[in-house]
Amino acid sequence: MLELKRVAEEALSKPSPYGIDLRIEDFLKPKAGPSMDLETLSRIGIEPERASYIQVDNKPVEVRPAIPGVKVLTLSRALEEGLIRDYFWNAVKIDTDKYTAAAELFGGHEGYVFIAERGRRVEQPVLSCLLLSTPGSIQAPHNIVIVEEGAELHVITGCLTSVEAPGLHAGISEFYVKEGGRLTFTMIHQWAPTSHVRPRTGVIVERGGEYVSHYINMSPIASLQTDPKVYLVGEGARAYLSSVIVAPKESKIDVGGSVFLRAEGTSAEIISKVITKDRADVITRSLISAEGKGARGHIECDGLLLSDSSRILTLPALDARVDDVQLSHEAAVGKLSEEQLYYLMTKGFSEEEARSILVRGFMEVKIEGLPKSVEAQLKMALELAARGL
Amino acid sequence: MAMLKVEGLSVRVGEREILREVNLEVGEGEIVALLGPNGSGKSTLLHAIMGRPGYEVSGKIIFNGIDITGMNTSERAKLGIGFVMQMPPALKGVKLEDLLKRLSKIYGSDRDILKRISEELRIEGLLGRELHRGFSGGEMKKVELLLLAAQNPKLALLDEPDSGVDLESLPIIGRVINDIVGASDSKAREKRSAIIVTHMGKILKHVRNANRAYIILNGEVKCFGNPVDLIEDIERYGFAECLRCLKVI
Repeated sequence: MLELKRVAEEALSKPSPYGIDLRIEDFLKPKAGPSMDLETLSRIGIEPERASYIQVDNKPVEVRPAIPGVKVLTLSRALEEGLIRDYFWNAVKIDTDKYTAAAELFGGHEGYVFIAERGRRVEQPVLSCLLLSTPGSIQAPHNIVIVEEGAELHVITGCLTSVEAPGLHAGISEFYVKEGGRLTFTMIHQWAPTSHVRPRTGVIVERGGEYVSHYINMSPIASLQTDPKVYLVGEGARAYLSSVIVAPKESKIDVGGSVFLRAEGTSAEIISKVITKDRADVITRSLISAEGKGARGHIECDGLLLSDSSRILTLPALDARVDDVQLSHEAAVGKLSEEQLYYLMTKGFSEEEARSILVRGFMEVKIEGLPKSVEAQLKMALELAARGL
Repeated sequence: MAMLKVEGLSVRVGEREILREVNLEVGEGEIVALLGPNGSGKSTLLHAIMGRPGYEVSGKIIFNGIDITGMNTSERAKLGIGFVMQMPPALKGVKLEDLLKRLSKIYGSDRDILKRISEELRIEGLLGRELHRGFSGGEMKKVELLLLAAQNPKLALLDEPDSGVDLESLPIIGRVINDIVGASDSKAREKRSAIIVTHMGKILKHVRNANRAYIILNGEVKCFGNPVDLIEDIERYGFAECLRCLKVI
């Protein structure tokens, strides 16, 4: 631990290559007491009583280990029990940048740890909620999910705050999918126009394993920068990453997604949908890097501008390191099509209704292999996000 | 009373004048065919009746006694004008069945009838798909007819419902049009009407009450008459001959 502390201290001034650079020290002196209660979770369609894990600021307030086949515990407890020795700061490097360093130094060594037991296919989703409640503070949960061999786990995480609690969220997520395992991870973010958010995520998927991620950002935010990295290290491993970014007001967002196809026959698909309004500024970066024979990857980036003064920059990147790979991307950015609006109006929809149908349609992402309850949660988040436009 | 009266309608799109002083009438319960070569202005006339934004229009369009010239597109649709576009756009993420549900709700259309029509058109398999994405030309036409049925319009504007449709499907399309217009039911409560733009007139053999056809050439209505006779002449002599003949007149 002392060695980790030393590395973190050295990295504390290392900026991220992307996103607005923040001063960590600005978030170390809370300006008031906590300002939120758990009921606010209903704003993102989550019932707090169903959650397996709830953390407010840096403190776990609910841990319910009631789902058969899954171990649910706090990070501090998992560290004490020696359950995560090989997983702590492994998929995410502690010295990635100042935010990983700050998470180690100021995050209080809390967060959720979910372990799906070998061969167990757990249908019931594990729900976790992270609330940033104290104005002017840093919240840095460190989350670890392990899906053992042949197991299946569905995790839903909701993160939110209120406008009264400006702060920095720098959540660390390390996910490990073992041979033949499957993890679906659905993350719903509802931050405030005063929030700065820097999640750092690393995923390692072994042979025949699958990682499916759905991410939704549904409200204005001061700044968000993240670039989850997925490493497919075992033969035939697969990844699917979708993100729907709703960016109104002055939101400054830089969201990436990188998948490294390191083994034979691995495959990945990255889908991003961005809707900007008002003066929002969004960059989406996607990278598929292939060095495994027969690897396949596809990136799709769609951007929809609902105002003249917003901006979308989309940067899909394909990196082929051997010849026997198939990588492709398609990207389209623009405003709502006049032709489509007119078409819907010929059916009797008002212009406003037509817009809403098209915007909601634009946000639609492929949902496959999710339990009905997760699918419903995701759809509800999309509905709520669309309502805000 | 005529259901639709178009009086002295001229349409400019940008610099181009596409229609000049068009006069046309559609009676209650009548199906009128619009014939003419490519680029003559047939589709533009339907879009003008539908109130397409960006068209500069002079003249009058009267629907059921109401002057709709200044109304927007959705107001016209709500009054009872339905439109099947020649090339409808694909809508990403919008499922056919969802759109159908919305339309049924707005127009109070009978879900059982729609189910029967979708079976008749053999497009049940498309209901769960995103609208017009990857659909063939024929599938698009059939899907548009189903959506039109959900709208249950008093006046249907059909832009080439027969193009891209295989020969075997033509009678089915004709039957569904008859159904929507109410021509298959002589005791229909309300008289419904339609304008059908057709290039080769193939569909007219399969719809009832298509008693009149107008020919549009270079943005002007040149004549009208019995559609069967007109099509025979056009097939034999072409539109050019038709124009020459008209000049002689």
